Amino acid sequence: MATTELDRPETAAPPEAHPEAHPEARNIEREAARRRWLLNLPAVIWLTLFAAGPLLVVVLYSFLEAGAYGGVEWAFSTDGWFSVLLTRDIFDETLQLQDAHLTIFWRSVRLSLITTALCLALGFPTAYFIATRAPQNRNLWLFLITIPFWTNLLIRTFAILEWIRAQGVVNSGLMALGVVEEPIQMLYTDFALALGMAYVYFPLMVLPLYASIEKLDFRLVEAAYDLYASRLQVLRRVILPLVSPGIIAGSILVFIPSLGAYVTPRVLGGGKNMMLGNLIELQFGQGRNWPLGAALSITLLAIVMIALVFYVRAAQKGAKDG
Amino acid sequence: MQKHAPEPSVPESPAAKQRGVEIRGVSKVFGAGQSAFRALDTVSLEIRGNEFFTLLGPSGCGKTTLLRLIAGFEQPTDGEILLGGEPIGHLAPNHRPVNTVFQSYALFPHMTVAQNIGFGLEMLKKPKAEVRETVREMLALVRMEHLAGRRTDQISGGQQQRVALARALAPHPKVLLLDEPLSALDYKLRKEMQSELKRLQSETGITFVFVTHDQEEALTMSDRLAVMNEGRILQVGPPREIYHHPRERFVADFIGDTNFLTGLVLSASGGSAHLRLACGGEVAASVPSGVNAAGQVTAAIRPEHARLVAEGAGDIAATLESLTFFGTDTLCHCRLADGTGFTARVQNAEPDGQLTAEGAPIGLRLAPGAVQVLAD
Repeated sequence: MATTELDRPETAAPPEAHPEAHPEARNIEREAARRRWLLNLPAVIWLTLFAAGPLLVVVLYSFLEAGAYGGVEWAFSTDGWFSVLLTRDIFDETLQLQDAHLTIFWRSVRLSLITTALCLALGFPTAYFIATRAPQNRNLWLFLITIPFWTNLLIRTFAILEWIRAQGVVNSGLMALGVVEEPIQMLYTDFALALGMAYVYFPLMVLPLYASIEKLDFRLVEAAYDLYASRLQVLRRVILPLVSPGIIAGSILVFIPSLGAYVTPRVLGGGKNMMLGNLIELQFGQGRNWPLGAALSITLLAIVMIALVFYVRAAQKGAKDG
Repeated sequence: MQKHAPEPSVPESPAAKQRGVEIRGVSKVFGAGQSAFRALDTVSLEIRGNEFFTLLGPSGCGKTTLLRLIAGFEQPTDGEILLGGEPIGHLAPNHRPVNTVFQSYALFPHMTVAQNIGFGLEMLKKPKAEVRETVREMLALVRMEHLAGRRTDQISGGQQQRVALARALAPHPKVLLLDEPLSALDYKLRKEMQSELKRLQSETGITFVFVTHDQEEALTMSDRLAVMNEGRILQVGPPREIYHHPRERFVADFIGDTNFLTGLVLSASGGSAHLRLACGGEVAASVPSGVNAAGQVTAAIRPEHARLVAEGAGDIAATLESLTFFGTDTLCHCRLADGTGFTARVQNAEPDGQLTAEGAPIGLRLAPGAVQVLAD
């Protein structure tokens, strides 16, 4: 039917869009396309206003000059980006690496990885347990997992603080039992941060894990067991590869907010165990260096994206190799 | 595990000497208290080595439960299971030389056809070269060489079935358990797979325990079969024996079509008895061993064991009510003197044979040995 269109390149429109194909069919097709577009419109508007727009503002600000009392001066400058990693010596103006920032970057990445690993290690057995309960009881267990979400994050974080501070429940208990003489310093340590973040983000790991374990066909587990696989081999060769989408999703959902966490490090880390989120906040607050804050935000975004690409690749490879 | 158990005390045949699976007084209760369900009720059974054994019964009769007990997925509430003369109750499924072909096939979706087939051998830590070689043999055995690299969701249902078979056969188990493996296939494919399974069984010499609710499948494929109902085994024997000499009404009814008549035992000796039927007429009947033929009994007669003859002749008098044409056969629905219905199956031996008119009085001639006294 395309005899008149032979001169067109191979990549020409598919048969449906052929100008001489049934005009009615084309109208229906066009109408359907228009409706699809209309349906997408709210999402497009939302994303433009609240995702792309603010992001562009942040990118723009990162290339401006810092205002003396906060805000920005409308003049192009790369000082913000410069200060992300480097600092100029006050006396001899030589360039030096900004050690404090590097420490904070590294701490953020390290603690986020620890938090993700901790959530995965605790979340997998939890999700597996829930997914293997009788169907009518599963929702109750999920409900229990999500209950902490009902309370304000700040209050939950203070609850953790109450547990681990020097005169807190854990230390008082240990001292009363005579296990330790002096209270253990838990608050304001990396341990406190990892514990607090794992506590806060735990449901974000359990829910996607549960969703994929619940879909797992347990007859496959029986089949593997029947074919001489030990319990560990069943887990490694059959269960983990099949629930890897849930593991990937859960890890991403925990890792990303951990990397940008603000409240938990603020409360449990004191002033000295700063994370990226606190560093950024500092620039927009006391630091009065909005361009640096903006540049740091984009750096955070870049770290997240790079980490995701590596992680998803590795996880997919792992799933394929079994 | 490999050592030879002592000979059974009463060897029935040479095949009986090779021990397969022994089920000794096994019960299985699911749940507890009010909701407890007795899936198996003191079942005893001996499956010989190298035989094609079928567990036949309606759904919910406990046949799949019995299979799962042999595989080790469930633990018996009571009783003992032996494999090759050794108790295997303490062994987890991955330590039993038994493999299962699941009803749903349960192929690993994240592996290729070849990886699926090699899984069991790999878990047994066989050398890589041996795994490759066996996988190749298995692919050839089920005629799937050309699809070795495919993912399992890229092949048809019949092909998945064959992969499931190859996967379970690859480690060369002592016993292969098959849980209604053909039920998801269409008629033609099922016929093909039936002969395929027979061929694989005789080629590999592995004991097959096959679960089905399809009586035709059970009759055509098995060396011996067990008929089950409500958690009990009703009768065990070769297909011919089960078909021609059912012991209980359920067995006679579940396998094939049967007419049931009541009668009074006039005399009985050895394996035979003389009955006066409620519908009139006296017939000789065979009595299965262990059945006490006395007083009022139920007798079973297969439709194909009765012939239509002229009024006054034959063993039983009847009235022909209607005819159903079936191509090779015609079903003749008759009414007996006491009001019970009786169906005779008559072969259409001549293309234009004269059929008796519907409504006519006739006689029914029963083949020798056609009347079976039932236990209940």
